[in-house]
Amino acid sequence: MMNMVEKQSMMVQWLGGLGRWCLQSIEKVGDASVLSAVSLAHLFKRPWQGKHFVLQIYALGVGSLIIMAITGAFTGMVLALQGYYTLAKFGSESLLGSGVALSILRELGPVLGALMLIGRAGSSITAEIGIMRVTEQLDALQMMAINPHARVILPRIIATTLALPLLVSIFDVIGLAASYVVGVELLGVNSGAFLGEMVAKVVPMDLYAGWLKALCFGFLVGVICTYMGYRAEPTTEGVAHATTQAVVISSVSILILDYVLTSFFL
Amino acid sequence: MIRTQHLSRKFGTMTALDDVNIHVKPHEATVIMGGSGSGKTTLLRLLASLECPTSGNIYFSDESLVGIRQKRLYELRAKMGMVFQYSALLNSLSVFENVAFPLREHTDLDDFIIQTIVTMKLEQVGLRGFEHMMPSQLSGGMAKRVAFARAIAMDPEVVFFDEPTSGLDPISAGVISNMILDLTKKAKMTSIVVTHDVHAGLDIADHVILLWQGKVIMEGTSDMIRNSDDARVLQFIEGRPDGPIPFSRSETAFVDDLMHKPGTVRMG
Repeated sequence: MMNMVEKQSMMVQWLGGLGRWCLQSIEKVGDASVLSAVSLAHLFKRPWQGKHFVLQIYALGVGSLIIMAITGAFTGMVLALQGYYTLAKFGSESLLGSGVALSILRELGPVLGALMLIGRAGSSITAEIGIMRVTEQLDALQMMAINPHARVILPRIIATTLALPLLVSIFDVIGLAASYVVGVELLGVNSGAFLGEMVAKVVPMDLYAGWLKALCFGFLVGVICTYMGYRAEPTTEGVAHATTQAVVISSVSILILDYVLTSFFL
Repeated sequence: MIRTQHLSRKFGTMTALDDVNIHVKPHEATVIMGGSGSGKTTLLRLLASLECPTSGNIYFSDESLVGIRQKRLYELRAKMGMVFQYSALLNSLSVFENVAFPLREHTDLDDFIIQTIVTMKLEQVGLRGFEHMMPSQLSGGMAKRVAFARAIAMDPEVVFFDEPTSGLDPISAGVISNMILDLTKKAKMTSIVVTHDVHAGLDIADHVILLWQGKVIMEGTSDMIRNSDDARVLQFIEGRPDGPIPFSRSETAFVDDLMHKPGTVRMG
């Protein structure tokens, strides 16, 4: 049995550990903010990095296209199935089109799209920059008077920020088409009702909200993944740890930010 | 060309460099030698301004590099080149593009001129014809030579070499050493070489700086080092395990560790 003094000592240790973790987390958030702000400042400096933005958008965007299409298709199909059996209980199958459209456009498109981007591109961004650190490529850039913030970090933040809304648009279109196939062709929902309800209930704001979310999520993924790679411990284990951390932190941050943004848009 | 004044660098409680005062003369090959962990690479990175000192100052042509603005530092780096220990070639670029990289970034030369310069630099390091290979396809020696070509692509005034011959076969090491000699004697560049390869270092050096535990223990010409009667210098250049420079870094007695006596450090 622990006596009172031992219990107090354990409590103090636990609180001390929690305090240290909080301080370290705040320090990392500050460091990441400074790193991204310094990198973003290069948007307004010459030489313009436009060519590198396009190359990164191409690499991240085209590379994530197939996974985004597959995820979009199956999300739309599952939503149509689940929505049909729920709505059928109330005799409201005709609302399936609007229900699926609102879910995909406002929530599932941006969130699942961002999670797919993290898995497909975010982890590779962290690993790539981490390996550049391990193999002294970042130092080599410095020695060639090329700023890694402008050349390595900024193009990747811009790429994730601009690519995600485009990928989410593709996700949305494929998801809606897949839900139409399942709802109308397989489950027998009236085509006119499916599309009519969709057109009637979905307003432009739903689209804008989805795109804005995708823009914010893309920026957040870019900032976190580049930061984790840039500050990775220069060892193979350090890069592996940074990559795992980048995926976990980005995913959780996306879900938290989604709640915050949704509460503003509703 | 480059000099340091009371230069010190600490990592936490560990002192990597302690009150180092050196002077690198132009058009000379200065070789920094010392055992593992003596502070050689830290000193090189400080001279190249890749790290900041804890105290002291570094001057490049009488201009302080400590606290220098980034824009000015990048202007000065146009006069510097560096060959890293593991070459640090950009993995996504071919041999040609790696060597052309600084030229494309910092000059407005057209492609024809860049191609000519790159061909000349690759010929200089014996790798003409390997332009289309990727860094992952190169051996260690070839990668070092490409890094060498990239470092001299802009014809810098000073080139830093971090362990240029480590991990190379004797032929490749000899080729690299000869290239450093040519660079200094024929091209009149200033070379600063960090190495623990005693023979290669002494062969190419105009000036040798010997470090031990973060301090300069001797400097002078290669002959002065060879003829030194300092026991630490002799032990280092002859590679003897016994002497004033301890091989073992352990602070506790071996017997105490084996007997698990209290106060000794445990592994794991």
